[in-house]
Amino acid sequence: MKHYQFREKELELMPRSELEALQLARLKTTLARALKTDFYRQRLLPLGIDSPEAIHSLADLQRIPFTTKEDLRIAFLYGLLAVPLDETVRLHASSGTTGTPTVIYHTKHDIAAWTDLVARSLTAAGCTKRDVFQNMMTYGLFTGGLGLHYGAEELGMLVIPAGPGNTIRQFKLMKDFKTTVVHATPSYMLHLYDKLGEVDVHRSDLHLRKAIVGGEPHSEDIRQKIEALWGIEVYNCYGLSEMNGPGVAFECSERSSPHLWEDSYIIEIIDPHTLEPLPPGETGELVLTTLRREATPLLRYRTRDLTSILPDPCPCGRTHRRISRIKGRTDDMLIINGVNVFPSQIEEVLMRMKEVGNNYQIVVEKSGSLDKLTVKTEVTPELFSDDARDLNAIRDKIRENLKASISISPVVELHEPGILPAWEGKAKRVIDIREKSV
Amino acid sequence: MIIKQISIFLENVAGRLAEVTKLLAKHEINIRAMTIADTADFGILRIVVDQPEKALKALRDGGFTAKTTEVLAVEVEDKPGGLARVMEIFQQTHVNIEYLYVSLEKNKDKAVVIFKVEDLKLGQKIVEEHGLGGTVSF
Repeated sequence: MKHYQFREKELELMPRSELEALQLARLKTTLARALKTDFYRQRLLPLGIDSPEAIHSLADLQRIPFTTKEDLRIAFLYGLLAVPLDETVRLHASSGTTGTPTVIYHTKHDIAAWTDLVARSLTAAGCTKRDVFQNMMTYGLFTGGLGLHYGAEELGMLVIPAGPGNTIRQFKLMKDFKTTVVHATPSYMLHLYDKLGEVDVHRSDLHLRKAIVGGEPHSEDIRQKIEALWGIEVYNCYGLSEMNGPGVAFECSERSSPHLWEDSYIIEIIDPHTLEPLPPGETGELVLTTLRREATPLLRYRTRDLTSILPDPCPCGRTHRRISRIKGRTDDMLIINGVNVFPSQIEEVLMRMKEVGNNYQIVVEKSGSLDKLTVKTEVTPELFSDDARDLNAIRDKIRENLKASISISPVVELHEPGILPAWEGKAKRVIDIREKSV
Repeated sequence: MIIKQISIFLENVAGRLAEVTKLLAKHEINIRAMTIADTADFGILRIVVDQPEKALKALRDGGFTAKTTEVLAVEVEDKPGGLARVMEIFQQTHVNIEYLYVSLEKNKDKAVVIFKVEDLKLGQKIVEEHGLGGTVSF
């Protein structure tokens, strides 16, 4: 029989009926908190929702309007703050490079609850206090670094706050301190592997056994590629700063899609166009309601992430439902000559082809009045042929496989490894240089 | 005789070829023959050098995508009709040629031409039978 680790066993295995009762109680508390904010008072009072008593069941949640990213901008600076400013101990904010930033405040309790969720998540992934945890995620306003950091400490792991980048130092830390678990973006895990051969560190010098990956959508093939290259287990971590950050959903040792912690969030999946709820199994936009946050409660927040609720229970026994791998974002879907294309579809095709390296780039531009899609890929040194005909055949094969998947025939370019933008931090994989004015 | 040619995948960006030649110069590797096959967006540089193993390692360490291929070095008389004679022999013996280019080598009055043939063993046999092999310094 398989051994599963639990940190809050009773809560993680709680029967659905009890879990839903807990959700309803917490939803009422959350609504009471939300009604203290200027933003939600303006929005909910005209609808007759003026106290937690307006909600009698989880189904009543449908009466509450959605909250969007744009709403968070409108509510900047204190519009969504539900506690006196003195009660807050930390904030995380979006960089606001594209306009007004968004901000999420946390009380001491909020940070503790988030920390517990991350510790619970890491335990589910088989981490223990004996592990040495090297955190390669960005620290700062971005939630990826600090979120996992505190949870790992809470669990009792030895935490190395390495931060991202500086590959040589990462290897040195991994080797010296016998790092067993790392947290990084999937693209950085691939980048690190590529660099193994270039520095005087070998895989056998390292004690790595697990990687927690998050921060960017990636395909199952990427996970399997990282697992095979490194010979480790790779766990998918989902989170977004509006919902605290990492630890919203996390994979257990089954590694078959992350459990979304339903004692802390209410999950809905909606059709992003009609806004109608979708049943389990169908792909749509993930909508989340915070159930434990004091400082910045959010009701029916549209995450813009596309996923589905897995209808089947997980063998581990957790009753918190799993969501499928994020298929993309409602706002990174490319419409190319009228056809919907997700960058993740292109990635999946490329990762299945052994002729192609780890890096790629997607460029969309105008060619006359039509859209032109170019997919830039790398030729692996192992499969480089002296014969231009072989290389052209590889290119044709990539184009045909892509066409079969996305029903558009792209221009495929072959490049030398290392020429496409390096994989430090979040990779810029899609470049859309069409006129945005239309 | 059979010699090792090095093929390098070349990104179609300014200065990439210069980086190859600079790297070879740094490692004191002498180029004895070269040719480039180019397509719209990439090229394949083929070179014959005096120290192929060293050159391949230097190129790979330098981040280039490179590999070695076996080719034939064939002596051709440096006078009108010299190449025609060799080509006729290959034609009659069904040695199919993929590409060829000339080297800087010269043995007495004979030029050395690099042939990439479809069937290397057959090519080598024909070259030996017709006394076209000769010796080269690489």
